[in-house]
Amino acid sequence: MILAADPLYGGDLLGDILITLLKAGVAFTFLLVAVMLMIWFERKLISDMQNRIGPNIAGPWGIFQTLADGIKLFFKEDLVPENADRFVFKLAPYLALVPAFLVFAIVPLGGDFNRKDGSDGVVSIFGHDTFLQVADPPMGILFFLAMSSIAIYGIMLAGWGSGSKYPLLGAVRASAQMISYEAALGLAIAAVVLQTGSLSTHDMVIDQAAGGYGGIIPNWNIVVTGFVPFFVFFIAGTAELNRPPFDLVEAEQELVGGFHTEYSSIRFALFFLAEFMNTITMSAIMVLLFLGGPAGPALFFPEGWWIGTFWFFLKLMAFLFTFVWFRATLPRFRYDQLMDLGWKVLIPISLAWFLLLAGLRLGDDRDWTYNETLAFMVGCIITFALLGGLLIGAINTARAERVREEADRG
Amino acid sequence: MTEVVVFCVAAALALVGALGVVVSKNPVHSALFLIQTLMGVAVLFVLQEAHFLAAVQVVVYAGAIVILFLFVIMLLGVDKAEDFAVEPIAGQRPLAAVVGGALLAIGLTVMVVAVDGSTGTSATFDPQTGQPAETALDSIGADGQPITDIERIGRVLFSDYALAFEITAALLTIAVIGAVVLTRTVSRGERLDDLEPASFDLPPVAPHDNQPDHDSAGESGA
Repeated sequence: MILAADPLYGGDLLGDILITLLKAGVAFTFLLVAVMLMIWFERKLISDMQNRIGPNIAGPWGIFQTLADGIKLFFKEDLVPENADRFVFKLAPYLALVPAFLVFAIVPLGGDFNRKDGSDGVVSIFGHDTFLQVADPPMGILFFLAMSSIAIYGIMLAGWGSGSKYPLLGAVRASAQMISYEAALGLAIAAVVLQTGSLSTHDMVIDQAAGGYGGIIPNWNIVVTGFVPFFVFFIAGTAELNRPPFDLVEAEQELVGGFHTEYSSIRFALFFLAEFMNTITMSAIMVLLFLGGPAGPALFFPEGWWIGTFWFFLKLMAFLFTFVWFRATLPRFRYDQLMDLGWKVLIPISLAWFLLLAGLRLGDDRDWTYNETLAFMVGCIITFALLGGLLIGAINTARAERVREEADRG
Repeated sequence: MTEVVVFCVAAALALVGALGVVVSKNPVHSALFLIQTLMGVAVLFVLQEAHFLAAVQVVVYAGAIVILFLFVIMLLGVDKAEDFAVEPIAGQRPLAAVVGGALLAIGLTVMVVAVDGSTGTSATFDPQTGQPAETALDSIGADGQPITDIERIGRVLFSDYALAFEITAALLTIAVIGAVVLTRTVSRGERLDDLEPASFDLPPVAPHDNQPDHDSAGESGA
């Protein structure tokens, strides 16, 4: 059992408070700048993929385009619809924004985890030893789940508070989608927690920093948990973000603008800020859970706190690129396909995989022989095949039933 | 000192939220105040170092239950401000006052009379050594390392209360399946809401008498 508590606390109170404020300020600024660059990156990349030029006027390579857009939005007229519930309408953008910020607090941003002296990512800021993350609460990754469930309120209340039909439809879609995919998200996280034996995000990085097989393959959870939880988390995470191909929430061909149809000016900008911020935090959480966070591949590389930050950003960029790539490549899901994918594919797969991992973990504790493990695996495969067959049979029967009833009527 | 300040703020948040739930005229505002109360209680849990309970409080109650409330409120169309002068059920308010008063009296009695505190007995002691007895709730693990509340809850749930835990799980599953079975019963000739897209071009079914009226725009359009 690893119990890593931030070594910062317990010293002098003033120093603790100042350093925590400093870390929070740096994380906050980082997120804001990252959102600005992310929007530019997405527009530039997607125009490359679509054979266009993209923003190229404001600043070198159009890099200040987001800033210009932000200033423009700030000075636009702020409309509140007549039917709107004024208080809820004004509250909703902040409810969307705050959870996006808070999740980032539990993400380790740097620190040298690969050093052999057991410093485990502790860095020294003005003589105080601490972790390079704003907070390392014992509830750790559960905090992420809690915040992503709070984030639903922003969208839901925006839709309802607008007092208009399309936003309400968008909001109902959004909340149904986000609640559905949260289950798969949680099950994928459970696989990681089972592997780590701790909910703390810092412990997760320590666990993944240890040398893997032969000292070459990194001990990252994506390998250790056998890839399936990673892909489940990636898909469910994309759906949770309402990003393409799961952007039914604001499907402009069907719902005008979805939940933010009635929003304008700075409130509209806040929703977009929250959305891009969520993309960045979700990528950071994926890096943390499955790709070792700031822990690099255990190779011979220079030491120092910045090497962790370097690896972290490299992996973060890979995910951000993939999200943009999704948007450029994949067509939007239909609503029934979306729900089918969540409930009938992702949840059963992640549940079965979790049971398999738990069984193997038990075998590890009980020192099973090779034959016992083999027997367990074969038993699992047979059981899952049977259950999967039953599930597919049930789905097909229900579908045939519906089609027949429709045919009877017509 | 910090603890007192945090407690006061969180308790005030929870109490104001609770008042707001009762006083708000609009059901959606009531639900929002309920979230405030749940958040305040979650902070109180963190203050007691019950981190897992705090997270579960937010995930389950604020994240799922209140969302369901909101769904029902929005979809049933009862999201309009209510007139407090009207009493929907006759004699409801005097009765509510009596029951509320009785509950308050019971609560106060328990708090004052109970010896070991109102939430149950304090730690049991081993009569021979005088040390706290070994229970699953011990905060020191077998290897002498301190264990977190999460591990302790897990240990208790899957050892002492394994049966109750499994029964609860089965109960919830049965409730979900039961709800699905009840709502999905389709008599022939009635329209389903999630058809296969191939059947979208079927002629619309004539409206039944028992269908709820749609808004005036739909009526005039027909």
